[in-house]
Amino acid sequence: MEDKILLAHGSGGKLSHDLVKDYLLGPLRNPLLEAMDDSATFELFGRIAFTTDSYVVTPLFFPGGDIGKLAVCGTVNDLSMAGAVPKYLSLSLIIEEGFPLLKLNKIIDSIQKTAEEARVVIVAGDTKVVNRGCADKLFINTAGIGVIPKGITISAATAKVGDSVILSGPIGDHGIALLSQREGLAFETTLASDCAPLNTLVGDMLTVSHKINCLRDPTRGGLASTLNELAGQSRVGIAIEEEKIPVNEPVRAACELLGFDPLYVANEGKLVGVVASGDAEKIIDSMKKNRYGSSAAVIGAVVADHPGKVVMKTRLGTTRIVDMLTGELLPRIC
Amino acid sequence: MKYLDEYRNPMTAKLLAEKILRRCGRTIRLMEFCGGHTVAIMKHGLRQLLSPRVELLSGPGCPVCVTANRDLDKAIALARHPDVILTTFGDMLRVPGSRTSLQKVRAEGGDVRIVYSATDAVEIARNHPEKSVVFLGIGFETTAPTIASSMREAQENNIANYYVHSLHKLCPPVMKALLDSGETKLDGILCPGHVSAVIGSHPYEFIPRDYGVACAIAGFEPLDILLAVEMLVEQIESQRPAVEIAYRRGVKAEGNRTAQEVLESVFETDAAKWRGIGVIPASGLTIREKYQNMDAERMFSPAIDPPVEQKGCICGDILRGVRTPYDCSLYGTHCTPEQPIGPCMVSSEGACAAYYLYGAYDGR
Repeated sequence: MEDKILLAHGSGGKLSHDLVKDYLLGPLRNPLLEAMDDSATFELFGRIAFTTDSYVVTPLFFPGGDIGKLAVCGTVNDLSMAGAVPKYLSLSLIIEEGFPLLKLNKIIDSIQKTAEEARVVIVAGDTKVVNRGCADKLFINTAGIGVIPKGITISAATAKVGDSVILSGPIGDHGIALLSQREGLAFETTLASDCAPLNTLVGDMLTVSHKINCLRDPTRGGLASTLNELAGQSRVGIAIEEEKIPVNEPVRAACELLGFDPLYVANEGKLVGVVASGDAEKIIDSMKKNRYGSSAAVIGAVVADHPGKVVMKTRLGTTRIVDMLTGELLPRIC
Repeated sequence: MKYLDEYRNPMTAKLLAEKILRRCGRTIRLMEFCGGHTVAIMKHGLRQLLSPRVELLSGPGCPVCVTANRDLDKAIALARHPDVILTTFGDMLRVPGSRTSLQKVRAEGGDVRIVYSATDAVEIARNHPEKSVVFLGIGFETTAPTIASSMREAQENNIANYYVHSLHKLCPPVMKALLDSGETKLDGILCPGHVSAVIGSHPYEFIPRDYGVACAIAGFEPLDILLAVEMLVEQIESQRPAVEIAYRRGVKAEGNRTAQEVLESVFETDAAKWRGIGVIPASGLTIREKYQNMDAERMFSPAIDPPVEQKGCICGDILRGVRTPYDCSLYGTHCTPEQPIGPCMVSSEGACAAYYLYGAYDGR
C-alpha cells in the first residue's frame, strides 16, 4: 500500500522527527537547517527585503511546475521585485492526513531544485498535519529575506511621467496551463506554466541600469491589474499598446474559447518594469540575454494624462480603458 | 492566429469604417442585439471608428441580464436546498437576485458549482447519486440544444438525479416585443450570430417585412461587426430592408437542423418574463411532459418571497435600448463590477460591465 501522511506525523513525536529527517532535512540539507535550532541565525548587511506568501494551488502538479516550485519562485520573485538579492527562505507545510508521501517527496525535491537555481537557502521550516478535510491536500507558506544592493530604490509608487513600461515576455501561460488541468474544464494544450525564479533576470537588469523605478510580477489579476496598481500607487497614467503585448498562441486560443482576456490571466514567471526611457533599450538588451526575458519589450509609457488609469491603444488604433480584474477569474491558481 | 487575426485586420477595418461613413447619408441608429457584440464593440473601440454617423445601442441579448429577479430568486432557493448541488455557468454566480446572490449562498454553505457545459453537470450527477444535481438552464437558442442533449443523455443512461431549471429564452419574440413597443426608433439590427447558427436567418424575416427595419446577422470579431454594419447601412440607404448574413462562416439560412430537432424534442415554447420588458408570449422554453421528472421547477417547487427590484437600477431600460449605461446615476459610482447592483454590471456580456471595463477613454 502507498505510504501516506498520518496525523501522528504532525504529533511532534518520533514519526514527526522521521518525517523531517527523511523527507525534509535530507533533500534540503544545509548547515543552517541542520543545526535544528528553534531559529536559524545568520548575519546580513545592508537594507533587507522581507516577504511572505502562501500557496494553495490546485492541482498540486501542473504542466511546467508544481506547488513546491511555485512556493519558491513566488517568494523569490517578490523579493526580486524590490531589487533585493534573495538569500534565505522559510518553508511551512500544512498537510492533510492521508497525503501520499511519494508526492511529498516529489514536491520537496522540486523545492530543492528551484532553490538551487535561485541560489536561495531554506533555513527554517515547520510541518503541521491536519485532519482529513481540514485542508486540501497540501498548503505551503514560504517567507523570504533578501538584501538590497546600495543605490537601488524600487517601489510601485515611484513611476515617473516619461518612463517606459517593459514586459519580460508573453502573458497568461500560468493561468491557462492551470485551467487546462482543472476538473470539469480539462482541455488539451501543449502549454506549460511560466513559473520561474526571476532573480537573475532582475540582477541582469540592475547590472546595466539603476534607473529602474518599479518592478512587479503580474501574478493573480494579470498584467492589467499590475499596471493599474502601478498607476494607482504612483498617481500617474499608463498608456500601453495592444500589438506590443505578446500572447502565446495556445493562450490566445484558450482565452477566445473561454471568454477570458489574456490581460487578466495569471503569470508566475514574468515581470513588468517601469524604467527611465533613456535606459530602456539597454535594459531590454540585458533581459533578452536571460532565458526568462528573451522576448522582453517596451509595451507602453508612463503619461501625465489620466492619473491612476491604464489606457490601451487597440490594434484598430482606437483607445480603451484597461481596468483591474474584478471578481474571480479562476479559483486557486497560486 | 489563424481565423482570428484575419478578422481583426486593422487596415481592412479602417477601410470598411471609411466606406460605411461615406455611405451614411444621415445618422443611423442600430441595435447590436448580443451582449457579445457590445463587448466586441467596446473592446475594439468600434464606436469610435463609426462615430458620429452610426449610433450603436445595446440590446437585450445577454441571457443573464434578462433573467427576471423572480427566476433568480428561485435558483437561489434551489441552491439553499440541502440535497441539491446547483451547477451553473460562472456568469450567474455574482448576479444579485432580490436579496442575495448564488455567490453569497455558496459562502453560506450552499453547494454551487461552476461548469462549462451541461455535460459536466450530468457527470457530477453520475458521481453523486446521493444528491440532486440541478443545472441552471440560462441562455438563448444557442445553449438550449446542448442542455436538451444533456437531458437526453441523462435519460438514456438512467441518471435519475439530474434536473434542469429552464430559464431559456428565445430571441425573435423579444425583438418583436421591442419593435412593437415603439420606444426606440431603430434603423437596423445586428442580429445574433451564435443564436442564428442554430435557428438560421428565416425567423427574422418579419422584421424587414412588417417593420421596415434592416437586419444583418453578425459574428463577434471586429470585421464581422463592421461587415454587418456595412450591409445594414446599404439596406437603409437604398431603402431595401432585408435579412442578410454577415457571419457566413457560422450561419446558414436554414440554421442547424440537428440542434433544432434536439431542442424541440425536449423543450416547448411558453410565455417568459424578461427583466425590464415583462412577460412576452412564446418567448421562453419549458420542459416537455416527457422529461418532466427532470424539471427542477416541477420537482422542487422552490418557494420564494415576493421579488424586489433594485432601486435606481436602469438595467431594464438599457436592455430595451432606451437608455445607455452612461445615463444611469448608479453607473460607476454605486454600481461597479466589484459591487454590482444590476445584472448588466455583472455578466461578462452585460452592457454596463462592457462599458465600464472596456469603455473608451473620454477624459472622465
